[in-house]
Amino acid sequence: MTHSAAHVSYLEDGHTLRSWLLTTDHKRIAILYLVAITFFFFAGGVAAFLMRYNLISSHGLLGSAETYNRLFSMHGILMVWVFLVPAVPVTLGNFLTPLMLGARDLAFPPLNLLSWYLFIVAGFVALYAVVAGGVDTGWTFYTPLTSLYSKGHVVAAFIAIFIAGFSSIATGLNFIVTIHKLRAPGMGWYKMPVFLWSLYATSVILVLATPVLAMTLLLVAFERIFGIGVFDPAIGGDPLLFQHLFWFYSHPAVYVMILPGFGVISEIVPAFSRKELFGYKFIVWASIAIAVIGFLVWGHHMFVAGTSLFSAIVFSLLSYMVAVPSAIKVFNWIGTMHKGYIHFDSPMLYAIGFIGLFTTGGLTGLFVAALAADVHLTQTYFVVAHFHYVMVGGMVSAYFAGLHFWWPKITGRLYPEMWGRAGAITIFVGFNLTFFPQFVLGYLGMPRRYFAYPQQFEALNLLSSAGAVVLAIGYLLPLGYLTWSLLYGDRASANPWGATGLEWSTPSPPPTENFAVTPIVTQAPYQYEQPEAVIHE
Amino acid sequence: MSDAAAHEFQFSSAAHQRETAISGIWLFLATEALFFGPIFLAWIYARLADPSAFDAGGRQTELAIGVTNTALLIASSFAYGVGLACIEFGSRRGMVLWLLIAWALGAAFIGLKFGVEWRMDLEKGLFPGATFSVHGPSRSGAQLFFAFYFFSTALHGLHLLVGLALLAWIIAKARQFTSERHSPVRAVGLYWSFIDIIWLILFPLIYLIGRAS
Repeated sequence: MTHSAAHVSYLEDGHTLRSWLLTTDHKRIAILYLVAITFFFFAGGVAAFLMRYNLISSHGLLGSAETYNRLFSMHGILMVWVFLVPAVPVTLGNFLTPLMLGARDLAFPPLNLLSWYLFIVAGFVALYAVVAGGVDTGWTFYTPLTSLYSKGHVVAAFIAIFIAGFSSIATGLNFIVTIHKLRAPGMGWYKMPVFLWSLYATSVILVLATPVLAMTLLLVAFERIFGIGVFDPAIGGDPLLFQHLFWFYSHPAVYVMILPGFGVISEIVPAFSRKELFGYKFIVWASIAIAVIGFLVWGHHMFVAGTSLFSAIVFSLLSYMVAVPSAIKVFNWIGTMHKGYIHFDSPMLYAIGFIGLFTTGGLTGLFVAALAADVHLTQTYFVVAHFHYVMVGGMVSAYFAGLHFWWPKITGRLYPEMWGRAGAITIFVGFNLTFFPQFVLGYLGMPRRYFAYPQQFEALNLLSSAGAVVLAIGYLLPLGYLTWSLLYGDRASANPWGATGLEWSTPSPPPTENFAVTPIVTQAPYQYEQPEAVIHE
Repeated sequence: MSDAAAHEFQFSSAAHQRETAISGIWLFLATEALFFGPIFLAWIYARLADPSAFDAGGRQTELAIGVTNTALLIASSFAYGVGLACIEFGSRRGMVLWLLIAWALGAAFIGLKFGVEWRMDLEKGLFPGATFSVHGPSRSGAQLFFAFYFFSTALHGLHLLVGLALLAWIIAKARQFTSERHSPVRAVGLYWSFIDIIWLILFPLIYLIGRAS
């Protein structure tokens, strides 16, 4: 192998559209995903923004409950299936998994490309469902509303989710097999970065839970098309069964959304604290525990749906149990920062924001996991605030943290650090301004999914909508300066943060084959050295 | 082409690539198992709610065709297994012969199931809806039974059609396989047997439970 051929960066290896659209290079596929994901994120964001616009006035500024129903359904469907579930795995996960393992690509590169095409088809079918008139059922598609009554484009939405599901399964399958089979020599399981453990746990859920949703939606579609089906109480079917099957996927899917975020934060906190990750094995096994216990908590979505008290108590206890590994992680990140030499660069600002917002979201999750409290709080804005603290405050922060952290590796360019910090702080402020009032609103009894509401809630809703403006600015900032940096940013060195991990040992951007020579791993991850002064303090 | 050179650049050897492909197929089958899982769960759950109506529905099915079809599928998997053994021992001709038998048995299942049995079912008015021919107190539950029946057999049939296409592909590519290099034959075989296993769960749900009580 001549070295001139060996060191062509993946970005320089072909400039035609064809070289991108038919690539099997995991790094290029990650970029394709990044573009698509960004588009869907802003599409879902516009829907959210219109909802907040509507809720400025207690009468509903959009003037139509139908429109509002379609907006929140669109927001939920787009954000869950074409942003949150895939976001970190398909972009950062695709880019980094082989690099972190010391491999040249994923196990099945053509399958990886296929999953992108499935994803694109799914995304556009979902957009078709929206443009053709929308869906008014919410992202949860409860029967019999979806099967018998809804006039929206439910089947189109199902087709979109069905296809997106197979894209997820393909990605998850690829990651699991890659992590098992393509680790570099010396890369034992306990030498893997935590990010890969998180992706592994995520992938297990994707592979085992997604097909259940796929079949459930097929059954509803069958019922809708033929007018007869398994969830129809008129012939002895059971609508509750739909909820069981739906949440059997959709609760683990919540962990699909957050686990990769945990992985990102576990990489960033040691790098910017200049300290070894505290309690590596605890974090690793906490991820696995979350993936396993996460399969056993779905019933907590159905406390008021008519399930038995016994099942509700069991699901409540199990839901408390799943909080334990999440808390372990939070303690470990803080333990890592303790007496660390902390650098407040943008990725770390996002990571610290993540820890606070996720903890808030997680602890309020315990409120709604408690049976008595849930009877009061379910179907209110408290639940909306709770899961947005986890999904947006947590997951989207982690996504941005990771995007900033690995941006120099992915693009070979540095982004402007001051703008990065300004963006992180704007997002943190805007987020809290948007969603903290919703905790209060929910506690006071404002129900979710209503387009008009009693006048007493107007002030808090106005505050929330004002926050949404700040949050929107916060999200537009990275879109601006990250795009700018592609052309005008300074060239990045191989390891601008001084971080550990195999991905930093190869040039930025990496060559097509990742490593000129397959690396041999001898060290555990996160071997950071603290500056002398700090150690002797 | 030598064995050592014929692998993609992320693998260290052709053997490494082969065992990775087989792991991928196993994981895919785990996905498939959970894909069919909700049908079985919902079916059993719905039967518990109204067992006598499900039994009334089940007794309308064509037991003789069901038994014949089960035998066809098991024989087909057996034939595939012999074909796989043939290529492992280096007999490409043997593999092609047994895979053709496996293909024919699978195709016979499809013909019998959809060409004969479904037509009889439809003629007897067993498709759920206004023209459904079971009357009396069991009418609703029996319709639910047949909703499951048509849905699951259609889906199983679809998987079988994909399997037939894969078998045809293996037969067409037979020249490429040797006693060392035949992981696609193994992979398709795993899928082919998996479809049988799905049928072995559907078979009692459709034909046996209703007649047993």
